[in-house]
Amino acid sequence: MNLKRHLMWVTAVAVAATSFQACKPRGAGSAVAGNAAERTYVPPGQYDEFYNFVSGGFSGQMSVYGLPSGRLFRVIPVFSVDPEKGWGFSEETKPMLQTSHGFVPWDDLHHIEASFTDGMPDGKWMFANSNNTPRLARINLKTYRTDEIIEIPNTGGNHCSPFTTENSEYVIAATRFSVPPDGPESDVPISSYKENFKGHVSFVSVDKETGEFDIAFQLKTPGVNFDLSSAGKGVSNGWLFMSCYNTEQAHTLLEVNASKNDKDFIMAINWKKAEEYVKAGRGKKQTNVRYAHNKWDEHTHSATHEIKTEVTVLDVTEFDDLVYLIPCPKSPHGTDVSPTGEYIVGSGKLAALIPVFSFEKFQKAIANKDFEGERYDGVPVIKYESALHGEVQKPGLGPLHTEFDDKGNAYTSFFVSSEVVKWRIKDLEILDRQPTYYSVGHLMVAGGNSKKPYGKYLVAYNKITKDRFLPTGPELCHSAQLFDISGDKMELLLDFPTIGEPHYAQAVPADLLMDKSLQIYDINANKHPHKTNGESEAKVERNGNTVRVYMTTIRSHITPDVIEGIQLGDEVYFHVTNIEQDWDMPHGFAIKGANNSELLVMPGETTTLKWVPDRVGIFPFYCTDFCSALHQEMSGYVRVSPKGSNVPISSYTGEKAE
Amino acid sequence: MKNSSPISSTNRLLLILCSIALLAVIFLPIWRIELDAAQYPEGLELQIYSNKLAGQVDIINGLNHYIGMKTLHADDFIEFTVLPYIIGFFVLAFLGVALSRKRKFVYVLFGAFLLFGIVAMVDFYRWLYNYGHDLDPNAPIIVPGMAYQPPLIGFKQLLNFGAFSIPDLGGWMFIAVGVILAYCTWNEFRRAKKRNLSQV
Repeated sequence: MNLKRHLMWVTAVAVAATSFQACKPRGAGSAVAGNAAERTYVPPGQYDEFYNFVSGGFSGQMSVYGLPSGRLFRVIPVFSVDPEKGWGFSEETKPMLQTSHGFVPWDDLHHIEASFTDGMPDGKWMFANSNNTPRLARINLKTYRTDEIIEIPNTGGNHCSPFTTENSEYVIAATRFSVPPDGPESDVPISSYKENFKGHVSFVSVDKETGEFDIAFQLKTPGVNFDLSSAGKGVSNGWLFMSCYNTEQAHTLLEVNASKNDKDFIMAINWKKAEEYVKAGRGKKQTNVRYAHNKWDEHTHSATHEIKTEVTVLDVTEFDDLVYLIPCPKSPHGTDVSPTGEYIVGSGKLAALIPVFSFEKFQKAIANKDFEGERYDGVPVIKYESALHGEVQKPGLGPLHTEFDDKGNAYTSFFVSSEVVKWRIKDLEILDRQPTYYSVGHLMVAGGNSKKPYGKYLVAYNKITKDRFLPTGPELCHSAQLFDISGDKMELLLDFPTIGEPHYAQAVPADLLMDKSLQIYDINANKHPHKTNGESEAKVERNGNTVRVYMTTIRSHITPDVIEGIQLGDEVYFHVTNIEQDWDMPHGFAIKGANNSELLVMPGETTTLKWVPDRVGIFPFYCTDFCSALHQEMSGYVRVSPKGSNVPISSYTGEKAE
Repeated sequence: MKNSSPISSTNRLLLILCSIALLAVIFLPIWRIELDAAQYPEGLELQIYSNKLAGQVDIINGLNHYIGMKTLHADDFIEFTVLPYIIGFFVLAFLGVALSRKRKFVYVLFGAFLLFGIVAMVDFYRWLYNYGHDLDPNAPIIVPGMAYQPPLIGFKQLLNFGAFSIPDLGGWMFIAVGVILAYCTWNEFRRAKKRNLSQV
């Protein structure tokens, strides 16, 4: 009897325990669409639908993937050296990474944005920003190389960048860490943030044809942290919207001290007006700045570096109709403008709702002078309600970024609740939510920042990967997750690993780019000062202790491949010209003991490796890229003799041998 | 002069068209050799004009050095100097025969054109043979017994390259001209025979 009762109790407890377990929501089990494999499978030899340009974050690189396959095609060094390509190691590429601080071989590449024409990617360039030593880069979509880097003065941490205007008239750069303006007077107590620290927003113009950067003007603003920005388009073309946090103007323990205000701001800048003021000569020339401007020349196959010392600055507090602040709850991160340009979505990292502002209402509020009683450091503040279209209620935790599709919907990433939420702009109704694995940061809809989003795919770029892939020690890759958004519900199709930390990304239809991709450099257009025009001109020249080797490569030999007369104390420059004119036929070059990387020379290109021999002896060199059946034979020797040796300079290949 | 009686106006028109077609042939690619390999999925092409070589000549020369083949240079061929004039001669000859209206000349023209066609093909074969066989004994790749003569017409595998040799636009036009001329000759021959019979 007793036993029976005991048994009953045991059973009841067991049942209850099991049921509790069942109450626990299912974890990351993964709701993958049934035919996901089919929808992401690109058969061998076939092409992806989209190019996906993905920022590499702290790798300083930009990577190029295909969508929907998630296959990695290329990693492009932008703010980083890359020994694979000799980038930052060859004499020609070193100037690209020069700054006013000297050679800075690394940076934190945060965002990628396409060049736009009429609000659509035009396939010319990708722009990228660096967050540490503030810089802006332009990447060529014919050569898939970094063509230009400009440093941004008066700025600490160029995070709020490289967002561009509707026709890429300007690329924006702005300080995440406000600092005192450059110059000798910037030696101030850090605690004097409120008086001395200023924000600077740079408008960097882009030449329509060449793409060349020029800092057209900077706006000096109250000291805050600029986070992200989005240029107006369509109805709001001519405006720029930037999220500001730390409106508390804290200078220490920002985690707490910059999270106090109930509302921070979205700064709205009338950049067309700013243009007018600059044209009217209202800006001040600041001449105590120093910033680098580095350009790549496709014909000399070399970069140039110059330091500029002047910038035009407009102080926004001197104008009434240039800049307005719109209150936005709790440390906004993303500020994103809808395809029509009418709606501006602010994503307060710490807010429990998403405010959506209306450009029309904002314009009305300006006209009616619907301002708060007090200006913020001299800048007019619009009343929150006057500019508000509405709020998305209970969207999730930790909203960061919003992208748009072609059907009037918005997609917001939530870091804390680790999900993507789809909602309708018109009535702010939530339509769907899907988990991400784990903690999504940026997200990207194909063309989601343009006037006519391509839609179809959304990629979530996740900060935490944990158990999603085979473990590789403490350091794990960040992951991307591909969703199909063509239906009512978002469908998870694919996880794929990424390089560094992907922040923002862009997707461009394959057919816009693939036919423009360069195959070879025309050897006849090669204007490198140390080009070797054919094997007959290969030679070695001494000038003091500088030795220049004019060298050619073609399958499967290097000319010259026997070099004598080099002495200790010489600086040897190998100017390697790849005289191939055949697609996909690069040759590499490396020499034993070089305190340097290899070279990887494209057909028709000339690239230079500097080598300072450190001992007497015979040094082999060889082609590093398996080019042909006789690649292993593609090698040669340098003889290094003591200083003052009477071994004459000589060189040959093959037939000149005795 | 039975054989020299007038050519039918249809045939005269055909001969004039042939003359124009041959004029075009001077400026069009006559023959084409297409090369395919695993490393060249997009293919390489050598085009032979009456006066020059075109296509990816430099790349083909670069590859051929492995097997010790001589590099191709248009300057090495007397053909490229002579050929445009020979074809030009036929342009005038076709026109002349059409205007002369003399049937006998059609026969002569046919004979000359046929002879030219045969000589040209023999010369082309000799050319291919020499390139395929006259190899540098110091070449990196020597396969005993292997020659690299591309086919005169059709497909042949040469190590990793598949070589496909066919007439190009100009070549097809040249062949069409030959066929039309053959038809005219046959037609005139028949007309002449009929006339002879009716005269009997």
